[in-house]
Amino acid sequence: MSDTSLALQPDETSQEAPLNPIPRKEKWAPFLILGPALLAVGVVMIPFFISVYYSMTNYKFTRPNFNFVGLKNYINILTSDTFWHSVKVTFTYAAIAVSIETLLGIITAFLLNTERLMAKIFKPFLLLPLMIAPLITTLIWRLMMSPEFGVLNYFLSFFGLRDFPWATSPDTAMFTVLLVEIWTFTPFVALLVLAGLKSLPKEPFEAAQVDGAGQWFTFKNVTLPLLTPYIAIAVVFRLIDSLRQFDIIFGMSKGGPGDTLMNFQVFAYTTTFTYGNPAKGLTYIIINWIIIYVISTYLVKYWQKVQSRIS
Amino acid sequence: MENNQVQEKKNWLSIIGTNLALIIIFAFFLFPIIWMVGMSFKTIDDILAWPPKFFFTPTLANFKAIITSQMELRGVGSIPIDFMQGFWHTLIISATAVIVSVILGVPASYALSRFNFKGREDIAFTFLSFRFGPELLVIIPIYFIFQKINLMDTYAGLIWVYQLITLPMIIWIMRSYVDDVPVDFEDACVIDGYPRWRAVFKIVLPIIRPGIAASALLAFIYAWNNFLFALVLGSSKTSTLTISAMKFISAEALRYGIMSAGIVISFLPILAFSVFAQRYFVRGLSMGAIKR
Repeated sequence: MSDTSLALQPDETSQEAPLNPIPRKEKWAPFLILGPALLAVGVVMIPFFISVYYSMTNYKFTRPNFNFVGLKNYINILTSDTFWHSVKVTFTYAAIAVSIETLLGIITAFLLNTERLMAKIFKPFLLLPLMIAPLITTLIWRLMMSPEFGVLNYFLSFFGLRDFPWATSPDTAMFTVLLVEIWTFTPFVALLVLAGLKSLPKEPFEAAQVDGAGQWFTFKNVTLPLLTPYIAIAVVFRLIDSLRQFDIIFGMSKGGPGDTLMNFQVFAYTTTFTYGNPAKGLTYIIINWIIIYVISTYLVKYWQKVQSRIS
Repeated sequence: MENNQVQEKKNWLSIIGTNLALIIIFAFFLFPIIWMVGMSFKTIDDILAWPPKFFFTPTLANFKAIITSQMELRGVGSIPIDFMQGFWHTLIISATAVIVSVILGVPASYALSRFNFKGREDIAFTFLSFRFGPELLVIIPIYFIFQKINLMDTYAGLIWVYQLITLPMIIWIMRSYVDDVPVDFEDACVIDGYPRWRAVFKIVLPIIRPGIAASALLAFIYAWNNFLFALVLGSSKTSTLTISAMKFISAEALRYGIMSAGIVISFLPILAFSVFAQRYFVRGLSMGAIKR
């Protein structure tokens, strides 16, 4: 038996007998209790509609009078090179970040699960990179990457790379922000996978041993399928978060050099607050939101399927 | 016999290999933090030295400058430093935001867990979607609104907007905790003649209290670490730690020592908490999806 279980989201409980048959007079109760929370957050639904409205205008901070222009912004953006550049930056960043974080996170979790001496020593510190503000983390790395006194440049000088340009060159900028992203969020994946490893039931492994299955066979056919839900949850969270990354890229180079690192959020911020063009910025961010929405809906469905197959 | 020796040798290799791999991985994870802490105890000459100094005589001057908000500059005298302000701003905003979220969110999570009403999952997912949407989607229009109703650069405005970070976390994590409390406990209490709300206070609340503490701590850390909200909606009167730190790195290199001390002050309390709370955070980090 395991003490860890996965709560699947919607409706698992409501399909069985209701947790609690509600007496009639308590019918209004949930809405009364939810009310204040809904109000606090629900009011934010209004800004969402304001966003949609402004994305269909030609509003600029320098131009108080503005007109409704329909889908013109969307058409302009979808046919512009800068947009497709943003798409490329956003997806390159997310794809590489999620793959490496998942792989390295799983390796770290398995190593920690061995309970060897170093595993016992290091386990309490696994969470640390995740708990520092991503912006602060980025500044820490920037200090280590300084061309004058950076300790990383010192290490690289042994390989003849004393002047490694980090975020100042378009060729290495993406590598630099990904390094910070991977450092920060690999522990997230490792922690979730480790929770999965700790909760694995013993029986399938005993059965595999009795049948004389090899280590690799057991790993591939027993461990990995049992871990899939945990890995899936970690991937969903990391993918969605990396598609909307702001702090690390902005803290490192504000999207530069040039537009090298302008993903959706950084581009939308710059367009709105540096160039004073919120209509265009909002159009970008709505497209970003649609992409995340489609991907996350699909992923959550997939995750539920994986889970129901296992349980 | 020979086979045994081979087996033993293989075992030793795997033990050494595992330990070595862990040392390499954690050298990567921990080095930047250790280096940063070291830097905060260096004089500016030691920070800017080449090759970088791994051994040095530690000084408390940077921390003194941060705490007294005064920095001694050779030949110039002392100049004011405004880092601690950011610390207090962040503390006030994050702590109040979490308290408000606990008061609003714990009852809401109870309702979402116990009552079976129409639209329940839609409401729950509306809360969750704030965890997943791009922040600027709501921040830019809120910027317009705040300018109109004079909430720019105020505690009230930021505490309200921080609900977008803290409230979904509290609601989703606490919902999974309430799900774990058997409803029979409550019903038994009701059958004994207590009204439902007394049953909740007497039975459910004590059981979920550790969950409230863990989720509140995690929500606090996320609020503490936020950057974008204050960047857009705050200014001098509410500038947070992350904003102050960002300003410091654009300033001249002479202030890097002080900046390091400020950064260390900003993350050390959080790191101390999280070493002890790590095992309670798995459920929180997955928004209640993984129970442990």
